Amino acid sequence: MPSEEVTDERSNSGASAVRYEGATKRYGDSSVAAVDALTLEIPAGEICVLVGPSGCGKTTAMRMVNRTVEMSEGDILIGGESVRDRDAARLRREIGYVIQQIGLFPHRTIAQNIAAVPQLLGWKKERTEARTAELIELIGLDPELGGRYPAQLSGGQQQRVGVARALAADPLVMLMDEPFGAIDPINRERLQNEFLRLQAEIGKTVLFVTHDIDEAIKMGDRIAVMREGGKVAQYATPAEILMDPADEFVEDFVGADRALKRLALMRVADIDLWKAPLAYVGQPTAEVRAKLASPDVEVPYPLLVDSERRPLGWLSERDLRADVVPSRPDSPLGPLLDRDDVMRDALADLLQGEAQYAAVADHQGRIAGVLSVEIISEFLGSPEAKTEEHGAVERPHG
Amino acid sequence: MASGVLFAAAGEVGKGFIHERTSETLPCQAKPSHLFCWDWARQNIDRFGTPALQQFELVAISVAVGFAVAFALALLAHRRRWLRPPLLAGTGVLYAIPSIAFFLLLLPITGRGRETAIIALSAYTLQIIYRNVTVGLSNVPASAKDAARGMGMTERQILWRVELPLATPEIVGGLRIATVSTVAIATLAVFAHAGGLGTQIFTEANLHFPTSILIAGGIAMLMALSFDAILLTVQRFATPWRRVRAS
Repeated sequence: MPSEEVTDERSNSGASAVRYEGATKRYGDSSVAAVDALTLEIPAGEICVLVGPSGCGKTTAMRMVNRTVEMSEGDILIGGESVRDRDAARLRREIGYVIQQIGLFPHRTIAQNIAAVPQLLGWKKERTEARTAELIELIGLDPELGGRYPAQLSGGQQQRVGVARALAADPLVMLMDEPFGAIDPINRERLQNEFLRLQAEIGKTVLFVTHDIDEAIKMGDRIAVMREGGKVAQYATPAEILMDPADEFVEDFVGADRALKRLALMRVADIDLWKAPLAYVGQPTAEVRAKLASPDVEVPYPLLVDSERRPLGWLSERDLRADVVPSRPDSPLGPLLDRDDVMRDALADLLQGEAQYAAVADHQGRIAGVLSVEIISEFLGSPEAKTEEHGAVERPHG
Repeated sequence: MASGVLFAAAGEVGKGFIHERTSETLPCQAKPSHLFCWDWARQNIDRFGTPALQQFELVAISVAVGFAVAFALALLAHRRRWLRPPLLAGTGVLYAIPSIAFFLLLLPITGRGRETAIIALSAYTLQIIYRNVTVGLSNVPASAKDAARGMGMTERQILWRVELPLATPEIVGGLRIATVSTVAIATLAVFAHAGGLGTQIFTEANLHFPTSILIAGGIAMLMALSFDAILLTVQRFATPWRRVRAS
C-alpha cells in the first residue's frame, strides 16, 4: 500500500521525554480502572522500569504510549506533543516496540525484519541496507545471519534482532514489555548487560516493563513500582526504593533482602578499600614485619606483589620467619577482584572463596586495595549508606 | 461430441445421459472381456483432445472464480467475526448438495452450457478454500501481529504483509484440494451440457466397452496430478522460510 507510506525521512534523532498526565484506562464501563490517573515524568534518555505484580496494569500503562491500548482519560506527551493528536500508525513508527514473545516475522529474513519500520517509512533501499548492516553489527550478530530466517536463530539471537528491529528507525522512545522474560537466566543476564551497554551509547528514553524487581533494579534509572488498580506506589531511583520504600507494599515487593540488593547498585570502586602491607620478592622480612607492626595497618597479613605491584599471594607467619620474602607465598591469593566489579558479585566471590579478604586490582592488574567481608557489613549497617546514595545511581555501564 | 446428447427426465439419469454411438463398429469385440483395447485407443485418441481442453478450462475457471469468492468471503469474515458461522454453514450446505442434482437443479435457472457447470463447480470449491484461508489467517502467531501493529503497520498492511504471507501454506493447500476434487467433479459437467471428459465416459457404448472410460479417467487423473504438482511447486517457492530448519 504505497499510499499509506510516509515518505518524510525524519532527521531529528535522539530521545524525547515522556510525560503521563493523569492517564487512565477503563475497560468497558467498569468502574475499576486498569490504570488509574497515572502521572509520571520520564526524562529523555533514561530507562524507566514499570514493575509490579501481575495485573497491576504496568503493560497497559506502557501500551498507552503507542496507543496499542487507547486511554480513556488523561494524556501522554512525547517531547511535549500529545499522542492523542497523532495518527496511531505514524506515531508507532517513531516508537520502538519490543515484546516478550519477540514477534519476529517468520516469513522474512533477519535483515528484512530489521528493515520493517524503515520500509514503512519509505526509506531508500541503500539507506535501509546500510542501517540494517549497522544494527546487525551493533547487536553483535554475525552479518551472515542477515539472510537467515528467524527459525534458524536461537532465542537469545532472536531477541537481539527484536531489539535491533525496534531501533531501526532511530526511535525517540522505546517500549520494552518483559523483553528478556522468555530467555534462560544466563542469556537473560547477558542480554541485559548488552542492552545497558547499548543504552549507554544510544541514550534512548526507554519504558521497560517487568515483574522482576531484580531486573528493575539492574535496568532502571528510575523505577515505578505499581500496585493493583494501576496506581504507582513509588516512583524513584533504584537506590531510593531500596533504602527508603514508600510504604509496606513497596517494602514487601522489594523483598526482605533489599539490603543485599543494594549491593547490586554499587561497584567495588565506590567503597573505601583497606590497605594491606605490601611485600616484594627478595625484600628483607624485617621490613615487612615493621610494616605489620605499624598502628594504622588494616589487614593483618602482608600481600606479596611482583615488581609491577601485581598481587601474587598472601604471606604467612612461616614465610616471615625466613630472612627474605620468598617468591612463592604460603597462602594462595584467593579471589582477585576488579575495581569495576559489582559489589554483589564481589561479596559472592568472597563467600565462594571462603576468604576473609580479597585483593582488588585496577585495570592494569596492579593492587588497588583489599576488600573484606567486614567492609561490606559495615557499609550495609552504616547510617551513611542509608542516607547517601554513594554514587549508586551510576549504574555499571561497562 | 460425436452425436447429440439425449436429455431425459431426471429420474432416468442412469440411462438418459448417454451418448449414442450405435453406428460405430467397435474393435476388440472378439474378446469383450478385454478391459482395454489398444487398437481402439490408437485409432480414437484424437477424440479426447477437445474434451480434455474443455475439462481443463472448466477446472481452471471454476477454481479461479471459487477462489476469488471464497477469498473475499474469508477476508470479510476475518474483520467481522460474527460472519464466520453463517458463512461456514452456507458454504457447507453448497458443498453437501449431490453433484448431479446440483447440475440438474441449475439447468432450469441458468440453462444449458458452460456457465451452469462453472457455477456449480465453483460453488463446490467455496467451502474448502474459504475454510483453509480462515484457518491460515487464524494460525498466524499473535505475537507477529502484535509486533506489526506496534511498529506502525496499518490493518491493511498487517493483512497483506504479515497475515496473508504467513497463511500461504494453508491457502495453497486449500487450492490443491479444491482443484483435484474439481477435476473429478468436472467430468459430471456433461450433465449440464458443458462438455469435458465426461462426454467420453457417459456413453451407452461404454456400458460394455470400458476403454474410453479408462482413457478419459486416466486423462482426468493426470490432469489432477499435474495441477497438484504445479500448485505444490508454487507453494514451495512462495514459502521459502518453511524449508529452513533451525541450525
